Amino acid sequence: MNIKGKIFKLSDNVDTDVIIPAKYLNTSDPKVLALHCLEPLLEQLGKKLEGYNIIVAGKNFGCGSSREHAPVAIKYAGVNCIIAESFARIFFRNAINIGLAVVELPNAKKNFDFDDIVEVDLAKGVVKNLTKKQEIKFLPFPEFLQKIILSGGLINFVKENIKE
Amino acid sequence: MSAQTITQKIIAAHCGKKYVYEGEYVFAKVDLALSNDVTTPITIQQFYKIFDNTTPKVFDKNKIVIVLDHFTPNKDIPSAQQNKITREFAKKFKITHFYDGGCAGIEHALLPEEGLIKPGDIVIGADSHTCTYGALGTFSTGVGSTDLSVVWALGKIWLKVPQTIKIIYYGKRNKNVFGKDLILATIKKIGVEGANYKTIELTGEVIKNLSIASRFTMTNMAIECGAKNGIIEPDEITYNYLKQVTGKKPKILNWLKSDKDAKYYQEIEIDCSKIYPQVALPYLPENSVNVKDLDKKIYIDQVVIGSCTNGWYEDLYLAAKVLKGKKVNPNVRCLIFPATPKIYLAAVKTGLIETFLNAGCIVNPPTCGPCLGGHLGILAEGERAVATTNRNFVGRMGHTKSEVYLTNPVVAAYSAIKGYIASPE
Repeated sequence: MNIKGKIFKLSDNVDTDVIIPAKYLNTSDPKVLALHCLEPLLEQLGKKLEGYNIIVAGKNFGCGSSREHAPVAIKYAGVNCIIAESFARIFFRNAINIGLAVVELPNAKKNFDFDDIVEVDLAKGVVKNLTKKQEIKFLPFPEFLQKIILSGGLINFVKENIKE
Repeated sequence: MSAQTITQKIIAAHCGKKYVYEGEYVFAKVDLALSNDVTTPITIQQFYKIFDNTTPKVFDKNKIVIVLDHFTPNKDIPSAQQNKITREFAKKFKITHFYDGGCAGIEHALLPEEGLIKPGDIVIGADSHTCTYGALGTFSTGVGSTDLSVVWALGKIWLKVPQTIKIIYYGKRNKNVFGKDLILATIKKIGVEGANYKTIELTGEVIKNLSIASRFTMTNMAIECGAKNGIIEPDEITYNYLKQVTGKKPKILNWLKSDKDAKYYQEIEIDCSKIYPQVALPYLPENSVNVKDLDKKIYIDQVVIGSCTNGWYEDLYLAAKVLKGKKVNPNVRCLIFPATPKIYLAAVKTGLIETFLNAGCIVNPPTCGPCLGGHLGILAEGERAVATTNRNFVGRMGHTKSEVYLTNPVVAAYSAIKGYIASPE
């Protein structure tokens, strides 16, 4: 599976409270959540997420709460891949479970800039930075997680298992 | 057969194995599945998706716990709608342990108090602070709603067996140093992602002598250094607490401890005689410093005493001792949140609530309330709060330009009187 797009760049420790503030947790509607995705950070940066579909961030992306509203908000805001130096554990699980691609890449912040155009090949484990004309390899997921991803998320994976 | 940690032993016992190795993926049986008013509605959506062609069925209605605690009593129309969905689901599936209205309290204080948490069990919760129950020797960890919906359906969860960081606490504890200060100092030492994907096992003479409330505070904040779970081997203090909450003699599990030669990812020693009352400055729980070392007065607008971290009876008792016969500073709103109805009642009977009211505090119902910026004490632009809660992220308690300072209940109560962050001598 290949994902091509433009990079929106964030820093370390992007927590779930800035991904989707708790005042919006009174709904489970993905479209409403998407409207407020990263709201406090976007205000600070004076930027909009529109037109970007790949987030690059530093370490500990998604730390804090277990709210699945966070990856859901990101996914429905039009982002289909997050490349980070590391992910907080619960966010990582949630992203895989709902079918949002996550790539762990050391030095992600150094290698990518705002507005770079990149192409991510999840199966081969390669990110091509078309703007900088660089290729960076990453470790593909362990077999167990690949099965979940190939099923299209945890719900489908479980459905297949129930049938068996 | 290799030696194992307590966490490995619990996981092995739940997937029919004698031994599990670090990094191994397993499907483990779950003893209790928890969710709250924020995470249940999405769990319900995902649960129905699993059964799109068949009749939906929960794995065991007695092993599912749902607590309405975050935005309750209903804070606005959308949360009222969400709670309605959850109430109807609980009724439809005859969920035994459904806590609502006057029976509801903050989930992580409520479940142990209800006798639902047992040493050696696996508890999975759609709430990041599910790791709290490790204080009783339970393997417990937070997940998202999709993971939980699968637990509702199958009674199982996929887990990667974690590596363990052993933390050994030694030395004499200083005055007014509690579980909160020990865990803030620990998070400062290892960092907010220092234990990501790993277990932190809390050991040593200081833990052995720590009250159950302080132990809960410490395992509650295991997630703040990224840990999958925090765990303490059950001992006499644990079993006494279990006897007190269940009214029955608890089953003592002799196997429930780490083997002497168990393999650890890392061992960290912490000299508690060097730890003084802590305050974690905005905007990360790892930013803690000694309160006594603050070089200028940090004036505050609000104090919050409560939450799943520090809403225990002992916390209220400690805060009341400081506030007795004193008045809250006129520039400060001091909010008290007993974590559960039982804690609230005990605080009424023992006069703590009277002390709080006489001091000019606002006593609130058991709810998460302002801890996550939900309701009942939201901060305006530029306002500062001292809170006994667990997170001080940007905008956590309200406006993105407000600030939260994390402390223990004694520092919080004393700061409420002073009007700035301070610790009694």
